[in-house]
Amino acid sequence: MRAATRLSWAIAATTVLALTATSCGGGNGTAGGSAGVVRASWGDPQHPLEPANTNEVQGGKVLDMIFRGLKRYNPETGEAEDEMAESIETTDQQNFTVKIKPGWTFSDGTPVTASSYVDAWNYGAHLENAQIASYFFQFIEGYEDVHPSDENATPSADTMSGLAVVDDHTFTVRLTEPFSLWPETLGYAAYAPLPRAFFDDHDAWLAKPIGNGPYKIDTYTKSQSMKLVKYEDYAGPDKAQNEGVELRVYTDNNTAYTDLQAGNLDVIDDVPASQLSNAEKDLGDRFINQPAGIIQTVSFPLYDPAWSSPEAAKVRQGLSMAIDREEITSKIYFDTRTPATDFTSPVLGDAGGYEEGLCGEFCTFDPERARQLIEEGGGLPGGKVTLSSNVDTGSHRQWMDAACNSINNVLDNTAACTVNPVPTFADFRNQVTNRQMTGMFRTGWQMDYPLIQNFLQPLYYTDASSNDAVYSSPEFDRLVNEANSASDEEEAVAKFRDAERVLVQDMPAIPLWYQNGTAAYSTRVSDVKLNPFSVPVYTDIKVS
Amino acid sequence: MGRYVARRLLQMIPVFVGATFIIFMMMYALPGDPIAALWGERAPDPAQMAQMKKELGLDLPIMQQYWNYLIGVFQGDFGIQIASRRPVMDVIGDALPATLRLTVLAFVFTAVVGIAMGLIAGLRAGKKTDSSILFVTLLLISVPSFVLGYLVQTYFGVKLGWITPSVQDSENWGELLLPAMVLAALSLAYVARLTRTSVAENRRSDYMRTARAKGLTQRRAVGVHLLRNSMIPVVTFLGVDLGNLMTGAIVTEGIFNVNGIGRAVFRALNTREGSTVVGIVTFMIIVYLVVSLLVDLLYAVLDPRIRYA
Repeated sequence: MRAATRLSWAIAATTVLALTATSCGGGNGTAGGSAGVVRASWGDPQHPLEPANTNEVQGGKVLDMIFRGLKRYNPETGEAEDEMAESIETTDQQNFTVKIKPGWTFSDGTPVTASSYVDAWNYGAHLENAQIASYFFQFIEGYEDVHPSDENATPSADTMSGLAVVDDHTFTVRLTEPFSLWPETLGYAAYAPLPRAFFDDHDAWLAKPIGNGPYKIDTYTKSQSMKLVKYEDYAGPDKAQNEGVELRVYTDNNTAYTDLQAGNLDVIDDVPASQLSNAEKDLGDRFINQPAGIIQTVSFPLYDPAWSSPEAAKVRQGLSMAIDREEITSKIYFDTRTPATDFTSPVLGDAGGYEEGLCGEFCTFDPERARQLIEEGGGLPGGKVTLSSNVDTGSHRQWMDAACNSINNVLDNTAACTVNPVPTFADFRNQVTNRQMTGMFRTGWQMDYPLIQNFLQPLYYTDASSNDAVYSSPEFDRLVNEANSASDEEEAVAKFRDAERVLVQDMPAIPLWYQNGTAAYSTRVSDVKLNPFSVPVYTDIKVS
Repeated sequence: MGRYVARRLLQMIPVFVGATFIIFMMMYALPGDPIAALWGERAPDPAQMAQMKKELGLDLPIMQQYWNYLIGVFQGDFGIQIASRRPVMDVIGDALPATLRLTVLAFVFTAVVGIAMGLIAGLRAGKKTDSSILFVTLLLISVPSFVLGYLVQTYFGVKLGWITPSVQDSENWGELLLPAMVLAALSLAYVARLTRTSVAENRRSDYMRTARAKGLTQRRAVGVHLLRNSMIPVVTFLGVDLGNLMTGAIVTEGIFNVNGIGRAVFRALNTREGSTVVGIVTFMIIVYLVVSLLVDLLYAVLDPRIRYA
């Protein structure tokens, strides 16, 4: 009896093996992909796919495909252009009248109206809706009532008093203070309009989001894949040039790269670090490496008495000049980082406020002058300095070692700069926000929108949300305020540049390098490019 | 027998509570705040943080959090993820089928091929076949699974193009075959070696001589008498290994992009999703407990001298 059971087991096992062996042949059939559909790599979005609840690139990719807001950043120049906005008018840089174009619909067929915007913004701002990107609405009057900043306070209003619907296609916005570049911020996904379905059946909407963009979601299998198809009634000018996009979740970008090489995937937007040295050879023109709106800096704890003295600025400038950026970006990053020469990013373009070389000699490697400046500033506090960062992501450990080595060589002292690796990102950020740093620490900034304001105000304005260095300069604040109330863009940008020059003198943070976005694509597709946020412009991709 | 099983099942309760408690505390003890990490490099919004903590019950004392969690688990509620706001049950439910398929394939492969290789080697102990099987298994033991995984992927996936380099559809058994073989390689080598030693030793035992003396065919003597008696150490190993295959597939799942438990727990650990980690680990504990009970019961089947009271 037992022998019989064992035998049947063996037979069953062999059958399973045989079955799998035969079905193996069938597996290749799926490799081609359906006609006209772009197969692209994706990562699981961290948050539910709500416009105001997405602050990372993977969720942002989808929002960029299924939503269009008032403005859209030109994928090539980064300039904010009217998308759904007919006009945004103001006379005092504080009260805006927004008119939207008629004829736009959500993919469920309902029209996009002024209330689609006002309701969406009120939802995004309200504390109880727990939206991660609520702060985008902080400039609108009444934000403090729906989203008090105090820890234990409860909202005293349901909607922001600064928003009012005039008619189906017009609404007005009142800001708490003048902000001339505010209309230019409206290209960000958080400002997208939302259909009634979002409010009526929230769970159903989350399972399959509905937007007004060039694509609509066909199927969504969480943590596995999302299939998007072209939205035929899309009213915007940038209609999809392909039939759809299939996003596939990859946990390991090496696997995505291998799949791309095997012709199993069409677009990847993050070439693994280990393949950077081969990518150009493997793929030739199909490898994209261009600046993204990300700048990496090293900040100083200006709340620490050792770093807050007026002379310490010279030490900071000296340290900046002691770091050999060229060497690090080419040896460690294979030129996927570009040495920084100002506090913004090349994606802004010259008209948008980027100025190559604004930082001048202080961002140029010069051992002689570096030593001199550090000496003039009274030397390193306590004779040494630490450089801290989390080491669980990126190649932080490598560049930190290289930067410290560079400083040590300049000062001819092997113990001058030491690396302080913090195991996890969460722990590192905890220490930074609790103001526990004593030496240099890594800070990075990924822009929310391609505006010079976004690279300066949130980081260096007194008490700003991401002012990790706790920098405070009345001169800088004054120039930023002036820039914000300037009546035209050119004047605003000029003022911001003046403010940036204050930073160069005070050096609360050392600009290290601009991060590039990398992407690669298969021979099956063409016209692949990255927008200023390093996200592929899916609508333009053509499938052959 | 019945009483033994009942006793073992009762013993599972303290093991279960103790293990979940330890994991829960470990997740809590990790430095950094998972809610603050939601904002990335940006300064978190204190009002929003307080609001979220209240909503998720993370503002309560740790013991009370654990108590609430335990009560939830007994009602089938494993909590919800902090960032994605998905119920942990859904996350596990999505990842489990792929892992189960991969495990079943790997397990069958390990057991069938491993025992067969071990038997052949054991019966020809000291001969050329034996040496070559020993050599192959040594190789499999010493090569890390990620090396094997990438090798197989590059060679069969990219060079030869027999398979797609990654698993396109985790419901397709055929696509899972190769990842399962990579996953099974290490266990397979152990099983083969265990079986070989056991078989080589028992081959010379008294009962084998008796079996042959009473005129049994070689096939029957080996198949019924020798193999059955040699299986005890192998079954013990296979039992524990079933759990290992399920949880230890992080690397293999990553290389072949299989959406399974290993990947889910890895992601959850990175983002410090405590409830997800505890939920998955709790599930794995149950698997281990049940399998080890089954293994113990199997001993009695293999060797009638073993009895449970």
